[in-house]
Amino acid sequence: MTQLALVIDLNVCVGCHACVTSCKEWNTSGGAGPLVDLRPYDADPSGTFFNRVQTFEVGEYPNTETVHFPKSCLHCEEPPCVPVCPTGASYKRKEDGIVLVDYDKCIGCKYCSWACPYGVREVDAERRVMTKCTLCVDRIYDEALPEWDRKPACVRACPTNARLYGDIHDPNSVVSQAIRESGGYQLMPEWGTKPANHYLPRRKTKITIRDDELERADNPLKIDSQLPKPNRDEPALDDVTSW
Amino acid sequence: MHPAFSVIFLTTLIGAGQGLFLALFSIEASAGLGLLPAQDGAFYALGSAAALVLLGLGLFASFFHLGRPERAWRTATKWRTSWLSREVIVLPAFLGIVALYGLVHWTGVNPALGMLPGDQAMTLSGILGILGTVLALALFVSTAMIYAAVKFLQEWHSPLTVVNYTLLGAASGFTLATAYAGWSGVNLVHFLGITAIVLTLLGLVGRVASLLRNARLKPKSTLQTALGVKHPTIKQISMGLMGGSFNTREFFHHQSAGVLRAVKWVFLIGVFAIPVVLLGVAMLMTVDPTPLLIAAFVIQYLGLLAERWFFFAQSNHPQNLYYQAVS
Repeated sequence: MTQLALVIDLNVCVGCHACVTSCKEWNTSGGAGPLVDLRPYDADPSGTFFNRVQTFEVGEYPNTETVHFPKSCLHCEEPPCVPVCPTGASYKRKEDGIVLVDYDKCIGCKYCSWACPYGVREVDAERRVMTKCTLCVDRIYDEALPEWDRKPACVRACPTNARLYGDIHDPNSVVSQAIRESGGYQLMPEWGTKPANHYLPRRKTKITIRDDELERADNPLKIDSQLPKPNRDEPALDDVTSW
Repeated sequence: MHPAFSVIFLTTLIGAGQGLFLALFSIEASAGLGLLPAQDGAFYALGSAAALVLLGLGLFASFFHLGRPERAWRTATKWRTSWLSREVIVLPAFLGIVALYGLVHWTGVNPALGMLPGDQAMTLSGILGILGTVLALALFVSTAMIYAAVKFLQEWHSPLTVVNYTLLGAASGFTLATAYAGWSGVNLVHFLGITAIVLTLLGLVGRVASLLRNARLKPKSTLQTALGVKHPTIKQISMGLMGGSFNTREFFHHQSAGVLRAVKWVFLIGVFAIPVVLLGVAMLMTVDPTPLLIAAFVIQYLGLLAERWFFFAQSNHPQNLYYQAVS
């Protein structure tokens, strides 16, 4: 069974919000109607977004790290938002595991948003129904697009390739490999929601250089020379023979 | 959570309506067993009408909670999994039974449909009353389970939620029934008043138990599990938006801790202390206690509005971990 999902690499995300604007652009132009923007140029703007990038500071100054954290629907494998829906508007697709809202059935009671611990569902103030990330379901199957373009808008927009997309149930997919090999994890595992989207942790990039690696390889540290030990810049035996 | 007045009015109004119906039928059942003086049909009919008004107002208030009220009929479809759907089915069913119950008493068409052991006649109103009682209790459970079933709201995710919705609804309904009995001059003020006091005190036990439980709750989710970062010190720099969104409106009460504390004491005094004292004094009075009983119900109802407001405001949703600092 297929479970499409995103894998987000926190080690690579630079917090540029390109995925946010690209998501908004694609989904506000879709067949379901625009995502509302209330008072966009006034003091108190508000609007519907399916994707947000948040920023957190980890640690205490001066030993801090900035973590940019993109957050959208995680398309849980045990979605707690689905069974609570009184109309069946909120559902999980069997064929690819995408959690969707049927905007024609939703009554806007907001109950599903209470039942989501991640806060990724937003009521659209003008459409008056619950809206959420669709994993660009109207894009990833669009045969009018070239095959390399059939990916969610956020994935296509990311300039650092921090967003991977694929089937996490296929062990050979790029997302499964990333989860397996780079320590992919789920958010709030304590609730048993089994989010399909995974995150890759921040990693320290380090190389270790030992002293002997800075020396001539054929006689590191001149360990076989006569005592007292010669200086580093003294010629070694192979310097002599190579004259 | 954000306390929405539509839901506050819905739960308190239907709670009082259900309690009033339970009080009416408990009178009829006791009268049938010879424990209380029998009442004429008009007493039950008018009482049922009052319960219908409360239930209708509650139903009316609930529509203001919906973004698309014109599609409300769809909510009856997912009763297998959703407590909200179950409530939407039980509420109209209960409304219908209460209406029929009132009608039977109003018209006096109340044939005996069978005999119970001990030569008790099983009347039509008796059957409707039992059905209504079952539905009233089912409605208490469905309403409360809407909240108790959401495991992410740990303050609600407890059997105490169901107990308290039932006890507080029944208590306010019996207080109203006491006032109604006083107003119609029937000799039931003592029976109803004592029951109302007992239910109110039981409600106090349940509510204080849930307050104590909630004060000791440890949030299951932390910023560490929300981000998957193990460091003990994490603070939000930006939530990714500056103008507010559904997430900053729906899940916060936007009041200070002082207001929350004040509301807690207001409802503890308004729902429990004052009504119990007023009911107790009214039963000892030699003159007409009706004004005092009406005051007891009004104060208890206003207290319940505060109680429900607090019920919502106190619960803390894990999504708030992601919305702690604007920028």
